[in-house]
Order: sequence, then C-alpha cells, then structure tokens
Amino acid sequence: MKDQKSSSPMTGASILWECLEREGVKHVFGYPGGAILPAYDALKNSKIHHVLVRHEQGATHMADGYARASGQVGVAVATSGPGATNMVTGIATAMLDSSPIVCITGQVGSKLIGSDAFQETDITGVTLPITKHNYLVTHASEVAQTVREAFYVARSGRPGPVLIDITKDAQQTTCPFDWEAAAPQLPGYRPDLSPAPQEYDHALELIHHSKRPVILAGHGIIVSGAMREVRDFAERAGIPVALTLLGLGAFPASHPLNLGMMGMHGEAWVNHTIQEADLLLAFGMRFDDRVTGTLKTYAPNAKKIHIEIDPAEINKNVKVDVALVGDLREVLHELLPRIESIDRSEWLDSIDKLKGDSAVRDIQNLPDSGHLYAAHVINDLWRETREANTIVVTDVGQHQMWEAQYYHHERPRSLVTSGGLGTMGFALPAAIGAKVACPEAEVWVVVGDGGFQMTMCELATMVQENLKIHIAIINNGYLGMVRQWQEFFYEKNYQATPLLNPDFAKLAEAYGIRSMTVSERSQVVPAVQSARKHDGPVLINFKVEQEDSVYPMVAAGAALHEMIRRPSKIVETAADE
Amino acid sequence: MLNTFVVYVENKPGVLTRVASLFRRRAFNIDSLTVGRTEKPEVSRMTITVDADRDQARRIEANLYKLVNVLLVENITNQPSIVRDLAMIRVAATHGARSHVLELASVFRARVVDVSTESLTIEITGGEDKIDGLLEVLRPYGVLEMVRTGIVAMRRGSKSSDAATAVGAVAQETTGDDVSYSV
Ligand SMILES: Cc1ncc(C[n+]2csc(CCOP(=O)(O)OP(=O)(O)O)c2C)c(N)n1
Ligand SMILES: [Mg+2]
Repeated sequence: MKDQKSSSPMTGASILWECLEREGVKHVFGYPGGAILPAYDALKNSKIHHVLVRHEQGATHMADGYARASGQVGVAVATSGPGATNMVTGIATAMLDSSPIVCITGQVGSKLIGSDAFQETDITGVTLPITKHNYLVTHASEVAQTVREAFYVARSGRPGPVLIDITKDAQQTTCPFDWEAAAPQLPGYRPDLSPAPQEYDHALELIHHSKRPVILAGHGIIVSGAMREVRDFAERAGIPVALTLLGLGAFPASHPLNLGMMGMHGEAWVNHTIQEADLLLAFGMRFDDRVTGTLKTYAPNAKKIHIEIDPAEINKNVKVDVALVGDLREVLHELLPRIESIDRSEWLDSIDKLKGDSAVRDIQNLPDSGHLYAAHVINDLWRETREANTIVVTDVGQHQMWEAQYYHHERPRSLVTSGGLGTMGFALPAAIGAKVACPEAEVWVVVGDGGFQMTMCELATMVQENLKIHIAIINNGYLGMVRQWQEFFYEKNYQATPLLNPDFAKLAEAYGIRSMTVSERSQVVPAVQSARKHDGPVLINFKVEQEDSVYPMVAAGAALHEMIRRPSKIVETAADE
Repeated sequence: MLNTFVVYVENKPGVLTRVASLFRRRAFNIDSLTVGRTEKPEVSRMTITVDADRDQARRIEANLYKLVNVLLVENITNQPSIVRDLAMIRVAATHGARSHVLELASVFRARVVDVSTESLTIEITGGEDKIDGLLEVLRPYGVLEMVRTGIVAMRRGSKSSDAATAVGAVAQETTGDDVSYSV
C-alpha cells in the first residue's frame, strides 16, 4: 500500500511543515503575518515547536545560535515585506560566519508579484548577495523539492543561509506530496571537492622542512568536526596552534601547544609568533583583515599552506604556496599518517619567552585596586563555570574581546559569537537559539550595555519559553569599543558613545527575571554562584571600569606585530592603589 | 587583460541576475555579457568578458562556481577559440557617399540590411577588431546609430564542452605554477 501522505493531496503549507520535520527540524523561530498565515494555520498539525520571537531579526539570530551550538540547521520564519526585511541583518550575519540557517518568508500571491501589493518586497532580490542561495516558490508542487534543496545547500560544503520565499497561493493550493520524488536536483553544486595527490606531497614537503611552523586554527575546524584530527596533527608534528575568534574552542585552551587568539586583539606573543614563522598552516580560516593586519608585512618569511573547503577563498587575501581544497577533516585524514614527528622544542621555547612580557601587563596579575575590570568578571565567570557544560554567547564590542581573552574555551561550540559581520544585538537572541538547541547546557550571555539594548525585546521570548539563561551585562556606560577607537585615533572626542542606560534591574523585574548589580570585584563570584543556583533566568548588571580599553590592539592597517600595549602608567596606577 | 569566460548555467529565472550581481559585489567590471540558449533546453550559455589579471580570473571562476545554478565555467582566454561579435551600423550615406560606403562594407564582408535615402544600415559579424576596423573607416561618413551584441565564443577543435557534459560535470583544473588547487 502506498504511503497515505504521498497519495492524498496536501496544501503547500502542510507540505512545508512535513518536509521540515523530515529534515529533522524540531524548533523554528518565527513571527506571523498575512502572507505567511496559511503556513501558521497548518502548524497545528505539526510536531514542530514554534518559538514566538519579538522581532524577526531575533528569529534569524536564534536560528543562527541554534545552528552554531548544535551543528544542526536553524530555521526562522517571517511574513512578507517588513517581516522579511527585518531578517536581513541576521541573514548577513549567518552568511559571513558560514552558519547553516534556512529562512522561510511568506510572499504576496503569485498573481500580485511585481504590482507593489501590500507588504510586497522582492526579498529574494534583497537577499541575493547575503544568502548562499535563495528560492522564490510560486506553486505548491515546488515546495517539497525546494525545502530539501535548501537544507542540503545550507548544511553542505561551506555552510550558509538559504532563504525560501513562498507565495501565499503556493501555501494554500494543494498538490500530491511525494518525498522521494522531491530529491534535490542541483547539477552544478559541488560541495565535495578534494585535493589532487601531488598537492599533498607538496604540503608535506613544506611541513617537514619547516623549523618555525604555526597552525592558524579557524571556524572551519568546528564546522568540519576536525578537532581530533587537528590535535593529532599538532601533537605529532609538534606545531603550536593560534586561533581565530571563531576558532576558539576548536583546540583546547589548556593544551600545551595552544597559543591563544591571534589578530587585532590577540595576545602579543601570538602575533609575534605568526610574524616570525617560516610556515603558516591555515586550517579552515580565511585570512580576514582582523587577523592579518596589513598584508604588506604579514608573516613575511612564511610559506603558506591553506586547507579550505571554499576555492574562492584561495589567494583572496593572502597568496599561498599550497592550497588543499576540501573538507578539512578528510584532508587531515590523508595527511596524518604521513606526518613525521619532529622535535621543535627550540621554536616552542622561543615562543614561551615571548609570553613573559605579556604576563606583567596582564590585569589579572595586578593586585586588586578596588576597580572592577571586565577582565575580572570574565575570568571569574570562567573559573566558576569551566567545569560545567557551558556555552558563552557574546555580543560585539570590548566585552566580546575580553571574553575571547579571558574565558578559556576547551570545547568546540562553547563560544557563539558574531565574527565576520560583528553584529551588535546578536547575543541575547543567539543565546535563546543555543539554549533551545542544547537545553542541558548552561548558557551565559556576555553582552555590552549598548548591544543589549538592540535586541532586549527578546527577554520576553526567553521568559515565554521558560529558558534558564544567565545574562551578564558588561556595563561600562559607553559604546566601549567605539569609545576606545575615539580615545586612540580621534583624540578622545567621545561623540555619540556615552550611553544613558535604563535601570537594568528594573527592566529585568518587569519581565519577571531575577536581577543583581555588581560593582566590586569581591561580589563577582558570589553573584555568579547565586545566578547558577537560581531556578530561572538571571540578569547581572556588572558595573565595570568605564574607560578601560582592550589590549593589545593592532590598529586598522598596522602591521600585526605593531601592537598598542596596555600603557605602563595604567598598569602602575592600578598596582599602586 | 581581457578574459573570456564561457559559463553554462541552469536555464532558470533569475540566474542572469545572480551572475551579474556576483561581478558587481566582488567589484569586477564586466566588459560584455551575452546569454543565450544551447542545444539543451535546460542549459543557457553565457559569454562574459572581464578585465582581470590571472589571479583575479581564477577567483572569478571560483566565485562563479559558488553560484548553485552555475554548471560549468571555462576560461578560454588563452585557448584557440572562435570569437564573434555582431554589429548593426547605420551610417549616413547620401547620394555621393553611397558607393564608397558600399565598397567599404564589401571589403569587410559586411552586408547591407537596410537602405534609405539618407543612410545605409550595415550588419557585420566577426571578431571585435574587425568590427572596430569597419567602424573606424565609416566614422568620417557619419555613424548615426550603432548596436553591438557583445561577443559569443566557442573553443576550436574537437574538445567541445557541450551543454550535456556541463550538466553534472566536475571540472578538475590545475592553474598557476606557484599554487595548485582543484576547483
Ligand atoms: C549593529 C551594529 N551597529 C554598530 C556597530 C559598531 N560598533 C562596534 S562595537 C560598538 C560598541 C558596542 O558597545 P557595547 O555594546 O556597550 O559594548 P562594549 O564595547 O562597551 O563592551 C559599536 C557601536 C556594530 N558592530 N553593530
Ligand atoms: Mg558598553
């Protein structure tokens, strides 16, 4: 007998949910409206749980956070016109960080397309440059194959966002549903490239001849699931590992070969190591300008091997000597048996010497001056939560960099942050997505007082969904990162960066969220402990030093080794007091 | 230098926009772009010329492949190929000048496709140089109107990449001497 679902006609809307279920979707994040109403009407027959957001940007960040925390495709739903355009920032965020999400938008009836009908926006046109691919569906019969293709494209190869725009009539009309017949047909799509044999030989030759190699570990390691392989590789070859922001967690922070984060706010020894290297092994990273500094003087003596799934990244920013285009995990599987173990203790010792200078400048090593620095908050938070299954979700700004410096990530997907687009307002909704994906995880939001106010409407979503999320506002009274640039490069002309903030405690109260305010270092640990014990979400307002800056810093356009360091004056005053 | 790409794409709505948008977004300047049918109804063929150095050309190719609807990309810049542009040129040709213009047209093996008392309309196909050449000699008579299609191109010889092989083809290519990769 035939499957009942494949014989009786179904509406496009029912087919949509049925296909999402078959793709493994358990949760979607969305907001209804006229053009997507038929889909919402059909939701009642679906096992999928719908999370009602407060703004469609939040839905996309939630889908993104869901994807980054779990590795599964996240789904966001919105209506046409303003609903769809509200998704743009979240889609661009997912695009630049290669995060697999599928966005579903309603569209006006197919007969009305092009007529400037009420709430008509050409969203496939708008999102064309910020999606990996997108679709306009005008017939119910196209729904199934489109959904299958969208999920396949979103999660395969270099992942990314896919948008499906479905006209109202395509949701309403019926057609037979046949899952098998709706298999993806993408004759031009090739996510599964692999390098030729001679390229491996060339790479091995460079690796075995190198005296001062460094692995540059990026997000691709996590996407590919190559943590084990990278570790084996580093250990066998005795090569130290520097990480990008999105690579944090791809290699354990406590590993003796871990150097830490590279780039604009990377530790000084990491950047110096890269500049002095004779070989860079770029694993799933793309030589973003935030990690290279000016290209003119970038790692001038180093040969470069680039292992990367996206051929368009090869030679885009940095000219490389060997490119192994393919899935990182598979490429490392090929390389590993042929890696000779080489004693590089001389190189590793010379790197260790570089660390001493940084230690004396580290604010953690200075006596308690009574001031609360963001670095203290993050470091204490790390100490308290490191043993737990913790996911930290950060926003964008100074607090994001301090988190990257002082929270030492041991596991992949334990940090969720917007790197490529640097989207303020990302943290709270992304954390909601992460918590929905991983309910057993302890989720902490580390967010600035500025960025929090961009998407704080999602507090209501969090409460409505009963999610126990901890929110740490790093409240410096400024758009801190911009203030820092004004301090360094615009003669302290603090235009439009001081913030007048609401009473965050009262705000939390209004949502029924427990809140705490912390302004002394000694209160940090008790507050964190009390938040963890509380049976529900907690917001902690950490009132930190207002004009602290993130050090070191490579100014935009400067060489990677030319860093602005924490001035000794500040170091001394802090120590004197 | 001017690079010529032959690009096979799925014949679906919006694909031309995707290709054009890619060039704009990556800040590559299209010199000409033509698109038309092939022997397979589900495949369209584009000829794109763009000013790019070798490295940029390779990145253009890689970026084109990132478009899901792109089936096959060939950079035929340095390959023996047949390249054709088509132009229609309306040139002022009153009584006295008429025979001269006709003569020039025949030297270039161009055809007269429309005649009026004041002008002649000449159709010419050929490489871009040939058409530039004809234009050059016609200019003194007064070019009243001109339209060119932009080039279409095809590789010479038996190594044809028909639309059929474009469907599902995997291009294994090694370019450059200092860096090799598969795309
Ligand atoms: C949506 C958006 N708008 C503007 C910026 C530019 N920007 C980068 S960091 C920053 C300041 C962030 O301030 P806050 O959230 O208080 O964090 P802090 O730097 O103080 O830790 C701004 C405005 C951005 N990244 N994203
Ligand atoms: Mg701030």
